[in-house]
Amino acid sequence: MTVTPVDPQPALTLTARALRRRRARRRFTARPLAVAGALGVALVVIFAVFAPLLSPVDPNAPNFDTVLAGPSPHHLAGTDQLGRDVLSRLFYGARSALLAGVLSTLLATVVAVPVGLLAGYYRRILDAVVMRIMDVALAFPFLVLAVGLAAVLGPSLVNATLALGIAQIPVIVRITRGEVLAARELDYVAASVVNGSGSATIMARQILPNVLSPVVVQATLTIPTAIVGAAILSYLGLGVQPPTADWGAMLSEARIYLSQAPWLGVFPGLAIFLTALSFNLLGDGVRDALDPRMRP
Amino acid sequence: MRWYLTRRVAASLLTLFLATIVVFLGVRALPGDPAVALSAESNDPAVVAAIQHKYHLDEPVVSQYGHWLGLALTGDLGDSPLTRLPVSSVLANRIPVTVELTLLALVIGLVIGVPAGVIAAVRPGRITDYLASGVALAGLSIPHFWFGIVLILLLAVHLHLLPAAGFVPILQDPVSNLLHMLMPAFVLGAGLAAVIMRQTRSAMLESLGADYIRTARAKGLSEWSVVTVHALRNSLVTVVTVFGLQLGALIGGVVTIEQVFDIPGIGKLTLDSVFQRDYPTLQGVVLLTAAAYILVNLLVDLTYTVINPRIRVTGAPT
Amino acid sequence: MSTLLEIHDLTIWFDTDEGPVLAVNGLSLALEPAQVLALVGESGCGKTVTALSLLRLAPPNARVTGQARFDGKDLLAMPGRQLRAVRGRQISMVFQEPMSSLNPVFTVGRQIAEVLRRHRKLSNRDANARAVELLDLVRIPAALRRMEEYPHQMSGGMRQRVMIAMAVACDPKLIIADEPTTALDVTIQAQVLDILRDLRERFGTAILLITHNLGVVADIADRVVVMYAGHKVEQAPVGELFATPQHPYTIGLLGAVPRRQTHQSADRRLAEIPGLVPVLRQTPTGCVFAPRCTRRTDPCQVTTPELTPIPPDQHVACLHPGTRQEVPA
Repeated sequence: MTVTPVDPQPALTLTARALRRRRARRRFTARPLAVAGALGVALVVIFAVFAPLLSPVDPNAPNFDTVLAGPSPHHLAGTDQLGRDVLSRLFYGARSALLAGVLSTLLATVVAVPVGLLAGYYRRILDAVVMRIMDVALAFPFLVLAVGLAAVLGPSLVNATLALGIAQIPVIVRITRGEVLAARELDYVAASVVNGSGSATIMARQILPNVLSPVVVQATLTIPTAIVGAAILSYLGLGVQPPTADWGAMLSEARIYLSQAPWLGVFPGLAIFLTALSFNLLGDGVRDALDPRMRP
Repeated sequence: MRWYLTRRVAASLLTLFLATIVVFLGVRALPGDPAVALSAESNDPAVVAAIQHKYHLDEPVVSQYGHWLGLALTGDLGDSPLTRLPVSSVLANRIPVTVELTLLALVIGLVIGVPAGVIAAVRPGRITDYLASGVALAGLSIPHFWFGIVLILLLAVHLHLLPAAGFVPILQDPVSNLLHMLMPAFVLGAGLAAVIMRQTRSAMLESLGADYIRTARAKGLSEWSVVTVHALRNSLVTVVTVFGLQLGALIGGVVTIEQVFDIPGIGKLTLDSVFQRDYPTLQGVVLLTAAAYILVNLLVDLTYTVINPRIRVTGAPT
Repeated sequence: MSTLLEIHDLTIWFDTDEGPVLAVNGLSLALEPAQVLALVGESGCGKTVTALSLLRLAPPNARVTGQARFDGKDLLAMPGRQLRAVRGRQISMVFQEPMSSLNPVFTVGRQIAEVLRRHRKLSNRDANARAVELLDLVRIPAALRRMEEYPHQMSGGMRQRVMIAMAVACDPKLIIADEPTTALDVTIQAQVLDILRDLRERFGTAILLITHNLGVVADIADRVVVMYAGHKVEQAPVGELFATPQHPYTIGLLGAVPRRQTHQSADRRLAEIPGLVPVLRQTPTGCVFAPRCTRRTDPCQVTTPELTPIPPDQHVACLHPGTRQEVPA
């Protein structure tokens, strides 16, 4: 006798998943700090996209009549050593910060997830080789690696993004691999291995969906690190070059004027800080909403 | 147990060996001909060729690497073309400075981070938790170098409480040394405290929810010993494990902080050698960083096996 | 003899994400010195939280009201300092999971000695010496060597004996044992029960035994309280309960016990009571068992049954009590 099992799972999982999603959304919105983070991120995105509309004046237009003027109704964040409006430069600076921060993380995720997936799925030699390489890469601290790569590639926004992206890969590979190893042990994944489903199918259909959300959460949490990293590279002269408006480059240019014009040192840093904080709040909120175990 | 130790040490050595290749090739990949840099930007082809020959730069990369590694193993990392000093002695001068800075930062990080994490976890969701967690998240988000700049503006330029930047050797004037180190160590330590606080908090939350905590309370122990003896001891096991990974961030922080505060340590040396294309020095300093990182992670792993009895025994065939 | 523990009108609500849930409703019971009282019911009937709430160890989202007088003092109202002097010294607990209930990073010796140092103010050396005696008492072989072991190095039965050694360290008047044998093999179960019985006999320790295992009840208990969905439905001396169960739920539970020595066939299957224990979001009207009850009549849905005495010493909360299996005609 052949038994055709009637599997009630799909319908059930779907509703369970919808329910989980709704619960997660409720947990997220119930957290004022997470919502504040989301708003902060939205605000930075708006600044970056609508910088030309928001900026009172051209961020690169020098005005030698008002050099190093403190914050005033005219220039809300003051002017720099060339008389450029700091507020306008802050708006434009959001562009490179977001580009370098978000794109580098995206780049790292796109490269790292397949690598981690393959290593965790096939294990054995592939895994050993990949993880050894990652161990070696991890032996160089993130910033040292980013500085080194940026120095090799040459100073520019694109290269800084690339350097930060590459520097983030090892961590995300490690996380993905760990999650894949855990997912492999799940009963229904083991079942589909027994069923003789193809490796590609199992990886794409069974493992990837399980792995993706923790990895995305982790990636979200590395965005702020990348944003600060981008600022550091620019500050050190290895990223965005003056006169382009960039928060890190602005701090670098301001170095010798700090005692006369402290606002030049305060505002760009504040912008980096608040942007990173918003992303951190957002990432924490998403993580807690998806995985409520860590919070009461 | 012994087998585990052997494997762990062997893996570290292999990683270190591979790291030397990465360092060598990485530095080779930097733009600019090192021979030109070595010849003090001389354009005389004869001079450049002589230098190329002297430093084996005219040989294949593999044999260049062989020369370099062979010498490095004997402690000879070459001479800096700029200062004409042996790289190893430059490093030896810089190491104590950075070690002092990191140790101070570590102490600050632990002294702030662990109690804050415990306090937050004991009353989760209350005002103390929100306060501690919020400050920690801010500490995690704040760019070190900018925090340093702001502190200099505030404490040195404005209030004249501390020296703005610079370094005084500890043997020359311990008090002045400490005063110079205070701000940079605090900036580094604050970032570290944020991470330690978050780790401690989540580990403590997990421990405090465990059955054995209920047992400890059922024994009639005071809440103080329940928290500090039973829960904290278990949490520290987890906190120590993440510490090794944090070291990387700490070293990364050292690079920018030494730059901002003009402290002549390993971090500043890294940047200086990047900008001055001082390749022998760069190779040496990056190799040192990687070796230190690998070593500390090894030590952390070994510590972990000591403080966690579960691991200690599973590896031991008694 | 005066009553050792007197619980009066104990009510426990849990605050959950989906609103409050009633876990225990107006539970009263009394325990005499040296008596073994078993609190039985299915999982989720509120027996464990009852046990935990006596020493105020219930989870923080539990709202506990009522009284629990121990030696005349209300455990639920006394100041924390006083309560901590009671915990582990006059009342101690044995938990269900001996693995997770012992601290993994301390040796068992240290964990036992800790109670002695706390309550008996013993020096390290005296506490350790006494801990070895206690390990001996709970029949752990090579006690001296075992002192230095960590919980994960021991078997489940060993760990539970360590828990018991910890519990009896200060000669408590009452041990609350929450499913002490559930996680153990059958042979180990019997040994652990032996130890508990022995303690009661030698030291006059009273035991409040929380269990869903009626075999354990028959083995060791003097009196039994049957709980269903947070309500006490029946109470009787152990002999009467097994001989003349009155509540249909008790009868159902007894049907769920494999009875070896009865006239019925030895490999009888566990009888199951159809349905699930309800989750109560408010104080119920009517009998809580009604939805699953074969004797249900219309009045059961509206009238909450009072606990009524059935001489000589039995109490039952049912509108249709009786020892019969079937619905009255």
